[in-house]
Amino acid sequence: MATPAPIALRKTPLNVMHRRIGAKMVDFGGWDMPVEYSGLIAEHMAVRTGVGLFDVSHMGDIQLRGPGSLDAVQHISMNDASKLQVGQAHYSAMLYPQGTFVDDVIVHKLSDNDYLIVINAGTREKDFHWVKTNVQRFNCHANDYSDYYTQLAIQGPRAAETLAKLTKVDLSSIKGYWFKWGTVCGLANTLIARTGYTGEDGFEIYVPSDVPTSERVWNEVLEAGKEFGILPCGLGARNTLRLESAMSLYDHEISDKINVFEAHLDRFLKLDKGPFIGSEALKTIQAEGGPARKLAGLEMVERGIARDGYAVLDEGGKKIGVVTSGSPAPFLKKNIALAYVPRELAVVDGEVAVEIRGNPVKARIVPTPFYRRPKKTA
Amino acid sequence: MTYPENYEYTREHEWIEIAGNIGTVGITDYAQNSLGDIVFVDAPKVGTKVEKGSVFGSVESVKAVSDLYSPVTGTVTEINEELASSPEKINTDAHGAWIIKVELSDPAELDALLSAADYEKFIAEETGK
Repeated sequence: MATPAPIALRKTPLNVMHRRIGAKMVDFGGWDMPVEYSGLIAEHMAVRTGVGLFDVSHMGDIQLRGPGSLDAVQHISMNDASKLQVGQAHYSAMLYPQGTFVDDVIVHKLSDNDYLIVINAGTREKDFHWVKTNVQRFNCHANDYSDYYTQLAIQGPRAAETLAKLTKVDLSSIKGYWFKWGTVCGLANTLIARTGYTGEDGFEIYVPSDVPTSERVWNEVLEAGKEFGILPCGLGARNTLRLESAMSLYDHEISDKINVFEAHLDRFLKLDKGPFIGSEALKTIQAEGGPARKLAGLEMVERGIARDGYAVLDEGGKKIGVVTSGSPAPFLKKNIALAYVPRELAVVDGEVAVEIRGNPVKARIVPTPFYRRPKKTA
Repeated sequence: MTYPENYEYTREHEWIEIAGNIGTVGITDYAQNSLGDIVFVDAPKVGTKVEKGSVFGSVESVKAVSDLYSPVTGTVTEINEELASSPEKINTDAHGAWIIKVELSDPAELDALLSAADYEKFIAEETGK
């Protein structure tokens, strides 16, 4: 077999560290990333019951700054950024004119006339090009700050106690989807956001991307979380955690061929805020009675694991849809999946089947998210 | 990890231990390590005919599915029932946690399999890529 010429994978500042501590590495959208360290299930459980640490420096960061920055954000993002206060963030998406996804994003309001948009790794160049092109007519600058930060996610019910050892910032004053600046591990003006992609409480911190600083902070977080059983966690656990919480992954639940209504993300769609890219098409889809297919949660009833790309069948064995993400759910101890099915069939308790290596295996439509974290009892 | 010298190996990462005309089949430590946490083993029923080089079942970890290829042709005489409830045994003891036993129909097929030393050389090349 001819060996293809190796393509240089991109690396985060913690790449050497990951290899040193024995991570299994994979190519993730052109990035050489840790998929697991001690084991996917143990890492998943650490985040659900204690705390886990993720290197998410492959995520991109675009800053929009200038008097026209709010108008620019409103034009390229479907949520209503005029509702954001300084120090607040929200989930949103950038859309194509057809109402399908360029990417899903988190918009942070850093100050008046200054916004930070956190984007996905696999779509970094495409996203930045899209933003740059579409904000040209507004009075603002778009800057790609992706390589300036090492982004660490500290996630789990003990995340706050872990981070509290490394900063004097009152973390209880940062509510979900809010952020503050403060000194973390001796680094002044560190952005501390109460955000994440695990369905658990947690924080994402943005520290300078030089290797010594990145490694020092990584180690200090692990040390601080030791008493809570902290584990370094890879993309494997990140994927199963987000799937249990039914959060979308680009090129799976959302893509340039899937629109906002289909993806069940219309609670973040603010059509009444005024026109923006994608709003016309979505109004038309809404006026015509909504989409023909919808994202639904599946739970396997018979033995078998649904995987990405497997066909969803009706009771007669006819193909009616496709699995976008499927996996065993380590915390729930069930086999779950997200799948696109005809809207009339996307009803809870509906019975379908998933074709697993030629055999129909029974599944049931269940409410999403599959997992919801317990409410804090004071 | 050491690979038992009395086993033979395939390039698809199965091992087989021969006792008389019965072959005991499992997956290698290299295979379990690349798969990660194993959660599901799909083995054939006793009496199923298996064919050398053909798929006879699958092993699934949280993140991936991997087909199982039979190292030999023959008939399944026994399956390891313990793996239905404890598939993770393959992670903790890959060279002990067997999956099926096969009655060989053509012992000459064994000549084409890899020795422990050849298999270790093979996986060193795989990982070196």
